[in-house]
Formats: sequence, structure tokens, C-alpha cells
Amino acid sequence: MNGMTVIVKTVTRWLKVFIFLYGIYIIITGHLAPGGGFAGGVIIACSYMLLTLAYGKEFTLKRLSLRAGHHLDSSGALLFLVVALFGLGSGGIFFANVLQNRYPGAKFTLLSSGTILISNIAIGLKVAASLFLIFIILSVLRIVLVEDGSQKMIQEEEEE
Amino acid sequence: MNTLLIPLLVAIPLGGAFFIPLVSRKVRVLADIIGNLATLSVLVIAVLLFQVRTVYSIGGWNASVGITWVLDGFSNLMLVIICLISFVATLFSSQYMERYTAKYKFYSLFLLMVAGMNGVVMTGDMFNLFVFLEIASVASYALVAFGGNHEELEAAFKYLVLASIGSTLVLFGIAFIYGATGYLNMASISQAIRTGPRTPILTLAVVFFTVGFGIKAALVPFHPWLPDAHPSAPAPISAMLSGVLIKALGIYALTRVLFNVIGITPIYGAVLITIGALSMVVGVFLAVGQWDFKRLLAYHSISQMGYVVLGIGLGGYILASGGKQSAAMLAILGGIFHLANHSVFKSLLFLVSGSIEYSTGTRQLKEMGGLLEKMPLTRATCTIASLSIAGVPPFNGFWSKLIIIMAAFQGGYPWLAALTILVSFVTLLSFIKVLRYAFLGHLPESLKAVRESPALMSIALVVLAIFCTCMGLLLIPGAREMILDPAVGALANGVGYAQAVLALR
Repeated sequence: MNGMTVIVKTVTRWLKVFIFLYGIYIIITGHLAPGGGFAGGVIIACSYMLLTLAYGKEFTLKRLSLRAGHHLDSSGALLFLVVALFGLGSGGIFFANVLQNRYPGAKFTLLSSGTILISNIAIGLKVAASLFLIFIILSVLRIVLVEDGSQKMIQEEEEE
Repeated sequence: MNTLLIPLLVAIPLGGAFFIPLVSRKVRVLADIIGNLATLSVLVIAVLLFQVRTVYSIGGWNASVGITWVLDGFSNLMLVIICLISFVATLFSSQYMERYTAKYKFYSLFLLMVAGMNGVVMTGDMFNLFVFLEIASVASYALVAFGGNHEELEAAFKYLVLASIGSTLVLFGIAFIYGATGYLNMASISQAIRTGPRTPILTLAVVFFTVGFGIKAALVPFHPWLPDAHPSAPAPISAMLSGVLIKALGIYALTRVLFNVIGITPIYGAVLITIGALSMVVGVFLAVGQWDFKRLLAYHSISQMGYVVLGIGLGGYILASGGKQSAAMLAILGGIFHLANHSVFKSLLFLVSGSIEYSTGTRQLKEMGGLLEKMPLTRATCTIASLSIAGVPPFNGFWSKLIIIMAAFQGGYPWLAALTILVSFVTLLSFIKVLRYAFLGHLPESLKAVRESPALMSIALVVLAIFCTCMGLLLIPGAREMILDPAVGALANGVGYAQAVLALR
């Protein structure tokens, strides 16, 4: 598992930053242009998948461990829920866009949409972490034979 | 005040589900505490909201563009059932799940499933229904595979494939309805169907819904995943899957769509009666020959779901064909009451099977025997649950079956009543077999050291056993008007649902 050829590695080294940045761009302009949390999250996850394909899973897991992935995943979902509950707490309505009502920004600017920007960031975090985890889990899970001849699925021990 | 509580029914389990993995990797006991507190608080909220009838618009958006949640009699009853069973199941899990690694993942998925089911029964929007349906289903696929052994993975894969087909069909059905009416809100769809022309595409949508939700409810032609999936899951999950998941995702969604959104016709009613009768008979005869305790229970779930669908379908048929109103109401009451009863006694039976498996390490009836003195409490609760499911008075199953039989007679279908009695009799036989082989007879040498299950597990069993014994009381005047009749009214109201919801808005 030492990854692919030097050509692929070099191209990946240059590309990964741009893919990652493009994902962030899609997320933070999601309320102004086509895109949003899901699409941007997928693009961010793709940059990590590209890294895994080119360099092997040990290389990627050293930079973003499974545990960090799990934490980002849960934090993204919790952040989204906090946005919803914030609406409930201060506006009395679940998912109410209280920021927009209180601080209406100029139209078509980055801060024009209140909580939607935060929601998009939360969704992006969640989707990126989830997709990365799905991809990496497929490579760390192993089917092994246990004593009585049946098969069991185990997860490779991750290095702490 | 009340409107502040409604979103918490989904928000608390969802928050718990994502909070547990963050904190309880290091401090393991936190998973138990958060899991139990979350289900307990949801149960309290569901009980507090029981009398509330309202429409809640998420984000303050108007119903034509936004998502609405509707609380009516049927939704409230389902919410209380779901939250009660999930609380008892988490209570049982805290000790039972010790043997599995990664208990916090179990709680996380469990709460996700509860959030999905609460959403399904609350929502008044077709697409939102699909989203919550998927949340609950995906969590349940993972929970079935939780043990990670060959058999469990196989069962989970089978379940995943079949239930995904079901979800896809439901999605297609929703797309057809949206194409035909231009709405996703249930009340608006219902109004549009009533005022507009009745296009053939609606019939196609109904077919898709029947098959899609039928797969989720494991009704007979669509049942093959259930006898594999339910026994493979850990016992508290089997209790949740058989006790509430197939009802919330299958029966509730199917009846809500057929009765309140599309509007019941004699043909749809007849289809429901046929599927119900078929499930009832096929399920019970497949169950009799089983020697695996949990597999036997799983087949009985199919059979008992048949009762529910038969009761509700009979009511719908009589209503739609202009028969006796009182018989129709009685049939729907029987169906809904049996749904509530079944969730209690079937969860109890699955928890009992878990308790036996916890102590003896087997779920094969032939390897058990003589547990009478070793596990007196488990034996007592198992007897109560078995008598309930077989319909022996005074336990709850008797009353709901009696109502279905009475309704079948009053509606003029004595052969359906006879079929119900026959199936009930076979059920009794099959549970006598369970009691005989598990608790009476000779104690095998290997089980000499068996002890009663730990305290929290026993408390969970006793709580459900008390419900089994006392739920017949729901039929006395006063309790019935408060708890069961609003649920019956919500279904029997049919497409009047649209007016009821629009009036609440």
C-alpha cells in the first residue's frame, strides 16, 4: 500500500489544495449560487479520497485519523441541530432564521442569509466527514475466519 | 409552551445520537446515562403532548412551501407507544448490551432510529415522511448487523436490499402524487385529489405505496426479510423492530396515506383485508414449526400485524362501501388497539428471549428446559406475554382480538371472525410449546448454574408485564374516549383530515 506512481503523486500534491478550497468555496457561497453544504462536503471528501488513492490509507489516516473523522462527523450534525434549536430558543420556532430577522444583511452578500450560512457549514462538515469515513472504513474493515469456520467482520486496530 | 415541546421529540434523540459518540468513548457509562435520559425525556414529552392537537410549521414557513408537523389523535397515540417501548428497551440495554463492544455506537444508532420514527408519525408532509422513513430504516439496517457475525451480516444485507426497494417504491409513489397534484403537503394533496379529476396515476401511486409500506411492515407477500432480520438483532433492537418500527414505518404510514391522503375506497379496503388475512394465517402456520425462540416470535409478528391490517382494512372497507358506521369504527378501534397491545407484548416477548439468552447463552427451545425455578421472574413475565399474544382473558391481547371479532360479526363477515379465532388458537398452541420447552421439563446439565437476569433488565420486563395486564382497562368508558377514540376518529375521518388540518393551522 505505497500508493501509485510518482506522476499521480505529484499531480495529487498540486491538485488536492485546489479541490479542498473549491469545496470550501461551494459551501460558503451555497446560499447565493448553486451548491451548498452537501455538494461542497462531497468535494472536500473527494480531496481526501484522492489522497488515499494516490498515497495509500496509512498516509491519509496519519493526517486525519478515524477518531477525528468521527468527531467531525458528530460535531457537524450537532452544529446543525444547534442552529435549529437556536431558532427554537430565541424565536420560539424550530429552525426559525432569527439572525436574518434581527440583522438583515445587504442582499447578495456573504452575510445576507442569517443562519443558512452556518447550516451550510454544518452540513458541509457532516457530509465531508461521513463520506470520508465511508470510504476509509471500506478499506480498514476485514472479513476474517473465526475458529468454528464462520466469518466475522472486524475493524483493523487504528494507531493511537 | 406546548409548541416549544413539539420539535424536541425529534431534536432530543437526534442530539443524543450525535452527542454520545463525542463524549462516551472515554467515559463509557455516559452512553447509558445519556441514552436512558434521552428516551425518558422524550417519553415525558410525548405524554405531556398527548391531548394537544395542533399543526406546527417548521421555520415559520407557510404550509404550501414549508414542512408541517401534525399532531392528531393517531399521531399522539403512536408517539406514546414509540417512546414507551424505546424507554423500556434502553433500560434493558444498559446491562444486556455489556457483552457487545462499542456500546455507545448502539445507543447512537438507537436514538437515531427513535428520532426517525417520531418524525414519521408526526409529519404532515409526504417528502418529510420519506426522509424520516429513511433515517429510521438506515439506522435499523446497521442495528440488525450490530453483532457483526456472518449470520447477522447476511440478515442485515437481505433486509437492506428488500427495504431499500420498499423505500424506492415509496419515493416513486410520492413523485407520482406530486406530479398529479402539485403538492407535497398531505392536507393539500388530499384536497387537490378530492376537487380535481381522479387520474389513473393515483392508482399506480397507491399500488407503489401498498408494496413499499407493505415491505416495511412485513405483510405477507413482502415478508421474507423479517424472520431473518428480527432474530439477528440484539434483543432490545428486536423488541424495537417488532414492537414499533414495522408499525410506525409500515402500518401507520400505509393507513395514514390510504385513509387520510388518498381516501379509502372499497377496493383498497378489500386489498388490505386480503393482505391482512393472508399475513395472519401464513405467519402463524410458519411460526408453529420453529424451534428458535426469536425466529418463532418474528413469524408471530407477521401474523399479529395481519390482525392490525385486517381490523383497519375491514373498517375502511365498511366505511367506503357505506356499511354500518358503528361496525366500521369498531373494526378500526380493534386494529389500532391491537397495534398498541402488540407493541407491548411483542416487545416483552423479545426482551424475555433476550433475558433467557443472556442467562443461558442459547435461543434454541430444545436446548432449554426447567428454567422455572432458576428464572422465576422471566418465567412469570413470559407467561403473561404469551397469554396476551394468544388472546387469553384478562390480558390485553384478548380485548383487541375480541373487538376485531365483534366488528367482523357486526359488519357481516362471520368467516373473517372464524379465521381470526382459528389463528388465535394456533397462536396459543405455539406459545404453550414455548412455555413447555423453555420453563418446564428437565433442566439440562449445562444450565445448572443459570441465574435470574440482572436488576435493570428485570425492571424492564416487569414494567411491560404490568402494561400487558392493565391495558384492557383502556376500554372502560372515559379512558377509551380519551386515548383510543381520537386515534380511531383521525383515521375514520378519512379525507376530512384535510379540513381538520386546515382548521388547526
